[in-house]
Amino acid sequence: MSSFLDFIDSPLALPARRRFIGHGLMLSGAAVALLVGNEALAATGGKATEDDVRILNTALGAELEAIAAYQVGAETGLLQKPVLDLAVTFQGHHKEHAATLSKTIATLGGKPVAAKAKYTFPTDKLKSQEDVLRFAASLEKGAVSAYLGAIPVFGNRDLAKAAASILGDEAMHWAILRNAVGEVPVPSAFVS
Amino acid sequence: MKAARALALVALASAAAIAHGAGRDPRRGEEIYSRCLACHALAYDRTGPRHCGLFGRRAGSVAGFAYSDAMKRSNIAWNAKTLDRFIADPLKTVPGTTMGYAGVKDARERGDLIAYLESAGKSEECRKAR
Ligand code: HEC
Repeated sequence: MSSFLDFIDSPLALPARRRFIGHGLMLSGAAVALLVGNEALAATGGKATEDDVRILNTALGAELEAIAAYQVGAETGLLQKPVLDLAVTFQGHHKEHAATLSKTIATLGGKPVAAKAKYTFPTDKLKSQEDVLRFAASLEKGAVSAYLGAIPVFGNRDLAKAAASILGDEAMHWAILRNAVGEVPVPSAFVS
Repeated sequence: MKAARALALVALASAAAIAHGAGRDPRRGEEIYSRCLACHALAYDRTGPRHCGLFGRRAGSVAGFAYSDAMKRSNIAWNAKTLDRFIADPLKTVPGTTMGYAGVKDARERGDLIAYLESAGKSEECRKAR
């Protein structure tokens, strides 16, 4: 147990030093585990920071908005059957992301943001199925960039991995939506 | 030695070019702005605050938007220079900010993006939003 943590936290530590430092690391590892109530998260991913909670909460806010956006899109009456089903499926994914983010924030001792009572959307610009799909695509593209920008700044690597997993899902949404409006589904080898 | 001096000159020249906004392209900047669209819009508040009226306003000052205390207390006035610093590394520039984003690391991309933000501020969309 002690050697396992030593290896993760200071792979370059000399054996003699390790014996001394090891205890400190163990303690701080245990303290983080207590704090976050999640042994696995604390032990393998490194310390979750206050920044991590803030990053997660901002991501949660964006996911909640995406859920509302798909709702608005579905309720315009502009989406026809196969596309409508797709939108509802994607909205379901965003609901799952939001639930996971919310639970993680609470586990880390933060207070998950709630959905706003009212969101602003450019509904005056949504006049056709294509408009709705292009709008959804722009949000999904933005979401990919947002998670890409969050991954390097997480203190805890398990959280970074979770964000990458969500990024992959949103990139697939983006590609499918692009395809649906007749654009090249995957425009480049890298996302930015 | 000669090469080093030449390099220093090039660095100076490009710093001057950046300072004068030479070669900034708001159209490329608009493309880069698509990275911000998960959280921002020009004319209305979302997860992040609206960007219309950004130039010249104090950080954290859009009425009704729930900023972090860090942003409200940052004492920043937004201009090309302060935006360049913030967008390069939001979490380091304003520790405690809720904009959990690594930043745009490429100086030229930032220049284009800031040129776009400035020109968008004068657009029809932003004039109507006032
Ligand atoms: C993950 C969501 C997210 C993304 C992506 C994002 N922002 Fe932000 N942004 C925010 C939030 C939230 C705030 C408020 C920060 C605070 O109060 O600490 C903010 C604040 C700002 C501010 C300060 C505005 C003011 O009124 O003081 C600027 C400028 C800004 N963002 C620019 C950008 C740019 C440019 C991009 C794209 C490169 C971007 N943001 C991407 C969420 C985001």
